[in-house]
Amino acid sequence: MYRILKEIWRLGIPGKKIIPAKGQGPFRRSAAIRHVDAGSCNACELEIQALSGPHYGLEQVGLNLTASPRHADLLMVTGPVSRHMATALQDTFSAMPNPKKVVAIGDCACTGGIFAGSYAVVGAVEKVLPVAGQCPGCPPTPEAIRQTLVQVARQTRS
Amino acid sequence: MTAPDSEALSSMGQWQQILTAPPVWRVKVQAASWTSAALALRDQGGRLLGLWGEAGHENAFFYIHALGLGSTGYVWITLTVQSGEGQFPSLADIFPAASRMERALYDLTGIRATGNADTRPWLRHQCWPAGIFPLREGQLDGRSFGVDGDADYPFQLIDSVDVHQIPVGPVHAGTIEPGHFRFSCIGEQILRLEERLGYTHKGVERLFQDRDVFAGARLAGRISGDTTVGYAWAYSMAVESIARCEIPPRAAALRAVCLERERMANHLGDLAALGNDAGFAFCQSQFLFIRESLLRENQEIFGHRYLMDCIIPGGVAFDLNSAQIAAIQRNSESWQRTVQRLDLLLQEHSGLRDRLVGTGKIVPPRAAALGMAGLAGRASGQAWDLRVQFPHTPYQNLDVSIQLSQEGDVAARWQLRFREFYESLRLQTRLLMELPEGAVSTTIPESIPDGEGLGIVEAWRGEVFVALSVENARIKRCHPHDPSWTLWPVLEEAVLNDIVADFPLINKSFNLSYSGHDL
Ligand code: SF4
Repeated sequence: MYRILKEIWRLGIPGKKIIPAKGQGPFRRSAAIRHVDAGSCNACELEIQALSGPHYGLEQVGLNLTASPRHADLLMVTGPVSRHMATALQDTFSAMPNPKKVVAIGDCACTGGIFAGSYAVVGAVEKVLPVAGQCPGCPPTPEAIRQTLVQVARQTRS
Repeated sequence: MTAPDSEALSSMGQWQQILTAPPVWRVKVQAASWTSAALALRDQGGRLLGLWGEAGHENAFFYIHALGLGSTGYVWITLTVQSGEGQFPSLADIFPAASRMERALYDLTGIRATGNADTRPWLRHQCWPAGIFPLREGQLDGRSFGVDGDADYPFQLIDSVDVHQIPVGPVHAGTIEPGHFRFSCIGEQILRLEERLGYTHKGVERLFQDRDVFAGARLAGRISGDTTVGYAWAYSMAVESIARCEIPPRAAALRAVCLERERMANHLGDLAALGNDAGFAFCQSQFLFIRESLLRENQEIFGHRYLMDCIIPGGVAFDLNSAQIAAIQRNSESWQRTVQRLDLLLQEHSGLRDRLVGTGKIVPPRAAALGMAGLAGRASGQAWDLRVQFPHTPYQNLDVSIQLSQEGDVAARWQLRFREFYESLRLQTRLLMELPEGAVSTTIPESIPDGEGLGIVEAWRGEVFVALSVENARIKRCHPHDPSWTLWPVLEEAVLNDIVADFPLINKSFNLSYSGHDL
């Protein structure tokens, strides 16, 4: 136990200290996020996982990832919406309580990306759900994802 | 040598060697030799890596391809099926992993494997109707598909009032890829697990067609984002084998640096995630911290956090100067120390050991029967590592030491990740110390000759291969293949005798690809 505490001490706080802004909009200072992979190549997921690491302090800015759509305010979607995932994506959105918003993460979710035009994908998330924010990049950096999430969470109009 | 060194195989037909390191032989066989070739492979202790189909001109005939590994190298066996026949003999009785590949082959090309009792669709859900085969010529013209969910897939359930079912997915609780798991349980005990995949099917094989080989490289790097280096290298190797060109030694060494860095990043990520699934937040944040330092170094020095598009046909798209090499070497020393310290500390953590030891066990004889390879295979005593057995440049001179365990449980897969991490660090250090001078790429002619090629590398999960055929400087057929095809069915067996709450841990210890499998 002592050695574990020592390691924690060594690691310290690696990320920048973030001062949360005053909360406005429907979610005030905190928003719960549900993520759905709608056919991504998995690199966008890797960056979202990196976001939960000690460098990024997701919870410091009032954001946390939730396991259930019932608890979620934001729906974060990655991938070019494969046809096989489209229904599950819509069901997840319907299961979320109002007010709610959708964020498209990565080139694929924003435009269909490199998979656009395939018989097996619908393309941009916009084609399936109303999108409040987009974060392009292949994959976008955790920093960029965090910024987009914060910005959408603080939009005043739902 | 003009044929693989085995009598049963060499008498089969006209062999052609299409790659020397690793050795890959190619042969076209008749239906009668198809099954006996598979039997001969199995009898010499070989494995089946992949099975895929290809539609010929105007769908008049079809090629059924299989890639296997025998005692002296890889064999690529092709069977021609006339469209009137529409079927070929199944290999599922010889190699269990063939079953799903045959179902997928039918979904995409409409050729049925006779003798495989399981005729349910695999990659096809309901968005395109039965009878449409996307990889046949002219099948998609002017059609648009729907988005209907996969509602009535006939799972094989256990019929008893005492047994209850737990459906999980395709949307999972954590940030992972989508797939469906159907558990049949008594209380907490798992009696059966059945997987349903295909949710991330993006029509990648079709997207490759008619691209030029350079545009194909970008797509190859996005088949499975966690294995972007593995796929880009295998794809480039296939292009180079068609163009008959050798890459400069410096390019080969830099590719290996990328491959080992990808292995380290994924192993660190898995150790973090395993810690998280065992309820041990300390472990998660420590490993994510080191992984993030590695990713940031990738961005700074190689230009991309996951090294996407760093490997291109003909070589690599970056170069390292001596200051950058020195920086990498310094950091790797400090990672070695930190990870070793955590390794020791966690080995003594009884709470963690309690979750890992004995969970999700596959004993070596079962692993052999299931054709396991890669990291999960090595954790169950299967001594396959392409970098050791059939090393290609630059691995011949590196004396890669294979990491093995006989235990086959989550703890073994956990411990192997540490050992492979140290080995990758050692390889990286050595590669950078002995980095040859010279160019980092050679030119692949725009007018690349027609032909067929194959590339294969030992990526972090196991062997990834790409089979490519080019006609008029365009891609005619490209089949990328992930080791997950063979390992997904193994997961169904690994969870038996464990409880539902252990599933996330077992699943993570394999960490298989959905996107690389669903294509
Ligand atoms: S945007 Fe890029 S990284 Fe993200 S899913 Fe698409 S191809 Fe993968």
